[in-house]
Amino acid sequence: MRNGWILEPSTTIIPLTSRLSAFSWSACLLALALLAISPGQAEAADDVLRKVAVADPYLEMHTGPGRGYPIFHVVDRGDSIEIIMQRTDWYQVRAADGTEGWVDQAQMELTLKPDGSEVDFARATLDDFTNAKWEAGILAGDFGGANIISLYGGYSLNPHVSVEVWGSQILGNFSNGWMGSVNVVHETWPDWRFSPFFTLGAGVIHTSPKSTIIQGEDRTDQVGHVGAGLRIYATRRFLLRAEYKSYVVFTSRDENEEVEEWKVGFAFFF
Amino acid sequence: MESRFRVLFLITLVIMLSGCAATKNLFGIGDDEAPPPTSEPPGQVIDPEVERREIKEPAIDREDFEVGAFVGIMNIEDFGSDTVYGIRFAYHVTEGFFVEGTIGQSEASLTSFEVLSGGARLFDDRTVTYYNLNLGYNVLPGEVFIGEGRAYNTNFYLIAGLGSTNFADDDRFTVNFGAGFRFLMTDSVAFHVDFRDHLFDIDILGREKTAHNLEGTIGVTVFF
Repeated sequence: MRNGWILEPSTTIIPLTSRLSAFSWSACLLALALLAISPGQAEAADDVLRKVAVADPYLEMHTGPGRGYPIFHVVDRGDSIEIIMQRTDWYQVRAADGTEGWVDQAQMELTLKPDGSEVDFARATLDDFTNAKWEAGILAGDFGGANIISLYGGYSLNPHVSVEVWGSQILGNFSNGWMGSVNVVHETWPDWRFSPFFTLGAGVIHTSPKSTIIQGEDRTDQVGHVGAGLRIYATRRFLLRAEYKSYVVFTSRDENEEVEEWKVGFAFFF
Repeated sequence: MESRFRVLFLITLVIMLSGCAATKNLFGIGDDEAPPPTSEPPGQVIDPEVERREIKEPAIDREDFEVGAFVGIMNIEDFGSDTVYGIRFAYHVTEGFFVEGTIGQSEASLTSFEVLSGGARLFDDRTVTYYNLNLGYNVLPGEVFIGEGRAYNTNFYLIAGLGSTNFADDDRFTVNFGAGFRFLMTDSVAFHVDFRDHLFDIDILGREKTAHNLEGTIGVTVFF
C-alpha cells in the first residue's frame, strides 16, 4: 500500500457524500470566524479618538503603513496627534492641521498621554508567547501515507496546560476523510523559545473511499492519540509548530488500526 | 498486541504526569508560591486618579483583517474554462506577512472527447469547489499615481498554500501558488488582481497526471 492510509475491502457500495464536505465545511468555518470577530468592530467604531503628544524632537509621518514609504510630513515635539487606527505595527495618525499619515511603532512609543505619562503600545514579545490565552494555526503533513491539512484553535488554562480543538481534512490516493479532535497539551518549559510539548486527545474520524475505487464503504470511527512536538517562537505573534501524533482508530473490526502522523505549520497567538 | 502496549504506555504517562503535578505543580494549577507578605497598608496600593484616566481612553481601532469577494476565469485542465467566484479572508500578521483563506467555485465544461462523441459524459456533477489556506508576502509595497494630485498605496504579493479541490466526485489535495496586486482605493478598501495556479493529481482520463488549473480573478476587499 504505497500511499493508501486505509484501503478496506468490503462488498457494500454506499454513495459518496464528499461534495458536501469541503465547501460547506469551509463556508461554516468562515462564517463562524466572521461572527466571532464582528463584535470587536462595533466597539472600535467610536468617534472619540485617542490623543497623544509628541515627546521625541519630531514625529515622522509616512505615506503608507510599511517599509519604504516616504516621509512627507513631520510633527514637532509637544504637538498633539490623534490615532485613527492601527494596522500591524503602523499607526495612522492625524496631526492638528488635519494631515493624515502613518507612523511606525518605534516612534509611537515615544509619545505621551495628555497627563504626561508614557503610552503603552504593547508589541508582542516572547513573554506573550508564553502567556497568551488564545492561539490558532494551520498545519499540514502526512497521515499514514495520505496528505492532511489541519486547522486548530487553542485556549491556555495556564502557561503549562492548554486545550485545543482540531479539524482536519485527509486526502489520500485511495480514500478521503475528515477528522475532528479535542486534546490537552502540556508544555513543561513554556518560557523557552523552543518549547516542547506533549499531548493526549480523542476524536472522530470519517473515511470514504475515492470514487475510482469500486469497493469500500463510508465509515466513522473514534480515535485516540498521543503525541509530542515543538512550538517555536518566530517573531511578533508568529510561531512555528511541528508535531508527531500516534493515532489508534477504534474500528468495529477485530483489530484496531494504528496511524502515524507528522505535521508542520505556523500559528499565531493573541 | 501493539495496541495493548500503547494503552499501557498511556496509563503510565497519565500516572507519571499526575505524580509530577502533585510534587512540582507541573500543570500550574493553583498558586505557584505563597503570595509575598504585604508590608504596605492596603489603602495605598491603588491610586484611583490614574485608574479613572485609563478607562476613559478609547481603544485604538485595529484593522488587521481583510474580507472580500472575487470573480474571474478558471481553466480546469482538459475541461475548458469557466467563471470562478469566491470569497477571501485574510489576517495581516506583520507589514510583510499575511495568512489567507479562500473558498471558490467554478464549473467544468465538456472535454473535446465528450463534445465529439456527442453523448457519453465522463461524470455528471460538473461543479468544482475549492478551499485554500495560504501564506502571502508583500514583496513589492509601493504607490501608484493617478493624475497629478492622487497617490494610492499598493502591494505586489507572492502567495502559496495548500487546500482541497472537489472535482469529479472526489476531494483532491491541491497546492496553489501565484501572485497578486492589492490597490488600496481608501485606507480600508482594496481592489485585487490575482493569478494562481492550482495543482492536483487526477486520473479520470486514464492515467494519473498532475493538472495545472490556472485562475485569474479580480476582487474587492474591506479591512476591519
